[in-house]
Amino acid sequence: MSDRASGATLSEAVRVPSVWERGGKAFWRRAAPIVYALLAGGVLLLVMGKNPAAFYWTTLESGLLTWPGLTQTLIRLAPLLLMSAGFIVAFQAGLWNIGGDGQFLLAAAVVGGLGASMMGVMPFWLALILLCVIGFVVGGAWTVVPSFLKAYYGMNEIITTLMMAFIGINLANLLIKGPFLSHETLVPQTKVIPFKYLLPYIPGTRIHVGLMIALVVLALVHFLQTRTGYGLRLRILGMNPKAAVHAGLSVKKDIMTSFALSGGLIGLAAAVEILGVWGYVRADWNPAFGMTLFAIVFLAGLDVMVVIPFVFFFAVIQIGGHEAARQAGLPNDFLLLLVGLILFFMVLTEWTRIRARFNKMRKKAAAGVTAAPAEDVNNG
Amino acid sequence: MSLAACDRGGSPDAAAVQLCGITKLFPGVRANDCVDLLVQRGEVHCLLGENGAGKSTLMNVLAGIYLPEEGTIRVGGEDVSITCPRDAIDLGIGMVHQHSSLIPDFTVLENLMLGQGEGVRLNIKKAEEGLARLSAMLGVEVHPGTTVKRLSLGQQQQVEIIKSLRQGSKVLILDEPTSMLTPGGIEDLERVLMQLKQQGLAVVFITHKLHEAFTIGDRVSVLRHGRLAGTLDRETMAAASTAEMQSLVVDLMFPGEAESLASVAELRDLSELGGVGAKAVAGEPLLELHEVMVAGKSGEIGIEEALSLTVHAGEVLGVAGVDGNGQRPLAEAIAGQRPLARGDIKLAGASLRKLSIHARQRLGLRYVTDDRLGEGIVGPLSVALNLVMKRIGSAPFWVRGRTRPAAIDTNADALVEEYNIMTPSIHTHAGSLSGGTIQKVVVARELSFDPKVVVFNKPTYGLDARTAAAVRARIRELADGGAGALVISTDLEELLVLSDRVAVLSRGRLVGVVQNKPGAEQEVGALMIGGSHVE
Amino acid sequence: MGSVLTTDFFAALISGAILAGMPLLLAALGETISEQAGLLDIGLEGTMLLGAYAGFVVANWTGSSWIGFLAAIVAGMAVNVLMVVFCVRMGRDQIVVGIAILLSMEGLTSLLHAAQFGTSYPRLDGVPTVAIPGLSKIPVIGPSLFSQPLIVYIGFALIFVVGWMLYKTNLGLNIRAAGWRPVALDNAGVSVMRIRTIASLSTGALAGLGGGYMAIVTAGIFVPFMTGGLGFIAIVIAMLGRGRPIWVLIGSLLFGVALSIATALQLVGINISADVVQMLPFVAVMVALAILARQSYLPAALGTPFVRGER
Repeated sequence: MSDRASGATLSEAVRVPSVWERGGKAFWRRAAPIVYALLAGGVLLLVMGKNPAAFYWTTLESGLLTWPGLTQTLIRLAPLLLMSAGFIVAFQAGLWNIGGDGQFLLAAAVVGGLGASMMGVMPFWLALILLCVIGFVVGGAWTVVPSFLKAYYGMNEIITTLMMAFIGINLANLLIKGPFLSHETLVPQTKVIPFKYLLPYIPGTRIHVGLMIALVVLALVHFLQTRTGYGLRLRILGMNPKAAVHAGLSVKKDIMTSFALSGGLIGLAAAVEILGVWGYVRADWNPAFGMTLFAIVFLAGLDVMVVIPFVFFFAVIQIGGHEAARQAGLPNDFLLLLVGLILFFMVLTEWTRIRARFNKMRKKAAAGVTAAPAEDVNNG
Repeated sequence: MSLAACDRGGSPDAAAVQLCGITKLFPGVRANDCVDLLVQRGEVHCLLGENGAGKSTLMNVLAGIYLPEEGTIRVGGEDVSITCPRDAIDLGIGMVHQHSSLIPDFTVLENLMLGQGEGVRLNIKKAEEGLARLSAMLGVEVHPGTTVKRLSLGQQQQVEIIKSLRQGSKVLILDEPTSMLTPGGIEDLERVLMQLKQQGLAVVFITHKLHEAFTIGDRVSVLRHGRLAGTLDRETMAAASTAEMQSLVVDLMFPGEAESLASVAELRDLSELGGVGAKAVAGEPLLELHEVMVAGKSGEIGIEEALSLTVHAGEVLGVAGVDGNGQRPLAEAIAGQRPLARGDIKLAGASLRKLSIHARQRLGLRYVTDDRLGEGIVGPLSVALNLVMKRIGSAPFWVRGRTRPAAIDTNADALVEEYNIMTPSIHTHAGSLSGGTIQKVVVARELSFDPKVVVFNKPTYGLDARTAAAVRARIRELADGGAGALVISTDLEELLVLSDRVAVLSRGRLVGVVQNKPGAEQEVGALMIGGSHVE
Repeated sequence: MGSVLTTDFFAALISGAILAGMPLLLAALGETISEQAGLLDIGLEGTMLLGAYAGFVVANWTGSSWIGFLAAIVAGMAVNVLMVVFCVRMGRDQIVVGIAILLSMEGLTSLLHAAQFGTSYPRLDGVPTVAIPGLSKIPVIGPSLFSQPLIVYIGFALIFVVGWMLYKTNLGLNIRAAGWRPVALDNAGVSVMRIRTIASLSTGALAGLGGGYMAIVTAGIFVPFMTGGLGFIAIVIAMLGRGRPIWVLIGSLLFGVALSIATALQLVGINISADVVQMLPFVAVMVALAILARQSYLPAALGTPFVRGER
């Protein structure tokens, strides 16, 4: 009695593909949507009378091929990596934390607001550590209301996190213009942390250690997800919430903790960015990394390690694209369109792959699989 | 039967539907293999076969839900092409599916009007008139304004039949219609079928129960492993005695296995089963339900009256009843997935009321759910992980939070061996396995690590005969080992083979508990219909 | 404090509520149709943006606001073709596609605007109001409620049209069946895909019109990202409205009040910081959700694609 098992009882191609071939195919599967999106974007640029080749070349040059450009990219990598990890932790558990930008900005405002004062009363390295923790806590705290409503009332978290994001962004501005306002500048912003107290550089470079922090944290998150019981529980929650309940998993607690961890990582991203790059936070500032990171995170299949090269590539486009857009006289928002296109192409390639696999299995079934006891599809 | 027979067929006037050489493939499986079928007007044609034989698939092809790889369909003597349900409906083919395809939150009338619209506005009057006319003809009573979820399953089925007829069906397919009915409901259905026969309809009746096929069918076609094993026509059925017919059919369904399957419940008539497997209740109480009441969700019947029940050590306590009479709420309340509205549940003396699902598992309570795919397993995870899903965080599989893959794999290997789980590897995604194998995984998981009391909800539903027998053997073995088993099932034959005592649930009330001795089935049947207390 | 409750204040509040609430009304009506059919349209904001842009450009070019409205409707439907192709036909994840629509429309409209109007900032003339004779003479509410552009009355009328469509026509029954139990609809011989396509395109039309209203009537100009989260508020209103257009009307007007109260207050001399003002509607949403949405009554098949042969 042969079962409808995944391919192992059906004879496959005789030749087993090599590691390189499989790796290459897997990489192309993930990277293809980016390529298609770039091509489509290029067409749009042409239509608007700009030179796509020049645009993309400038992007590459300013983001990657020059040392100052690469430095900028690597600096940008730190908050992007942490934010991506934050999204992945939530998305893997089936929780749509769409409010990342609010969590980010609020944490940034608090870190920026408290930073300078804290530097005055304790050794700077202690202050840095505490401020990172504060960023983590603020980001995590901002998820509590949506996660509680989701865990205990089943309320759709897409809407609640989004609403909290809008509130958070405005609240951050209120804080900066209010209690955290620095009276030493004309432009409304927080007090400035002196340059020497910011996150130190990686020796030999002008890249602050935030990048190292990010990579270490990512490795920890990866370990959590793949090698601990907690990580498995979150994955089950994402794959089949009903089964999670049935298995007696602490679903409500897990929803709240994973949300808090997600917001915390995003808050940490904000802390790293403020403490490493700026030293202060201006009012009405919103880098809005969150929305655009979605595409990257999905492309990487919600894997914390795989996401690293993709985020790197994305950072190149952000830094380089900013310069390219400036030179072409275009607003920065071209990136939004590009990310949207990446998502569309990702969805498209996913679909063609599913169709191809389906057709392949149908052909195999027709080609003379011995009559197995058919399962009533409805009963199975 | 070969295609030649398909060409000859009966006279075109009498043949309502003819299927010739239908082959339907799914990934890795031949659900139907060159099947021929001839259904005549004014007859009830039973399609018989065990679960997984391909009966529903064949009829889904006729109803336009599946497209066959090969074969032709003739309606009224002419070749037709059916590519979607609309085509089938236009040709006069209606199907009442095993799982209700009514919309529970809509009214009867709204459900009837679905897909019937001519023009923009809803024609309520026309629908009401049609309902009145057809209800009268069939001798049933349905109020148009009732929300469907408030109807009994039997009444819902009647609405579906009416809906089919309203669409002008000349052929009516019923997929396992009696699985959800009380004995009284089955009588009503038989009456309705007689009416339909007189109106000249062709009825196809899908079932896996032999005795049903004989009593209801004018002709019986037997499917086995996707192929047509044989057809018994009127003359043969009339001429042969019951015993001869049984062995004929058994030969068709299980060639060469008749002796070893002598005890398979599906073969037996109800009246032969009372008393099999009965044991005097011995051990101390393991699971005590005391004045329990449970709320039903959105129109579902819960446990509506204080229910008290005890499962003793070494006992198999069956819970009989038509589906939807409180079984799921009862099972979930015991497991902890649903709160108790009243009363308490004790496991070996310890109160479970305030304990979480996990805590109850720790005390030795297990739950084999009927919703295998929905909550029983996590499809994308491996078989090995599914087998330890309820022990996440515990040693030896997790030590200080860290996963120990070696221990998980060892456990999986042992269980796969012990329960004969047919999977290519312990790392295969559980969701890609067949229904029977998945059930074995669930049972293996629940029965490991010293269960004290196990609640089984419809444990053999939809399984092929061999796997079903294996599961029943496990249940018996579990009880013989000193644990307690609560088996909830809509299959009365199964309960009479398995249980020491049988409790009966009707409309959310415990109407009686019957000792399993000869004559038990009559008592249980009476309880299911009448609801009086018998002990 | 007494000077707040003047007739001026109320008049400003009501007209502000309508001005701000109308795009919400239209978009939320559209989202209601989608949700009843089982589709969660997260990209609504993107649809509104393209509607706003197309409406503005065409109205500016032709000088007619009605042709502008028409263009907004067409643009909205064009955006939702993406939902139809990716979600209805291919059955891909509605959240991912919705976000893709949102981002690409935000980027696209910003780019197009920069390319076309980078340096010039054309403004549309105001849209003429139509005063209902008699009613518009009622003090306080007369001028504000009954003396509005024709499109506003059309918007109110659409409430009843959509309500009638959903509950009194065959199409409406089919749409609701597609949202509750698509398999039942399929077995009844109606194409689930066709119904969901109709629903999604209707949503596009209404949301596009909502965006067009914002650009042509409210602002008279297109600004990138001008919808500022209104699309999401519309989604919330649709969810809270539970498929009943009359609740959509009430919800939209209430949020319209929240959006416009700052202007009305300014009129009587009370100034509130812009950040608080911007925050108010979203806080209002959270409060509303916390109180009301416990009994969220959403169609059972919302968000799940339908494949024949699966249950």
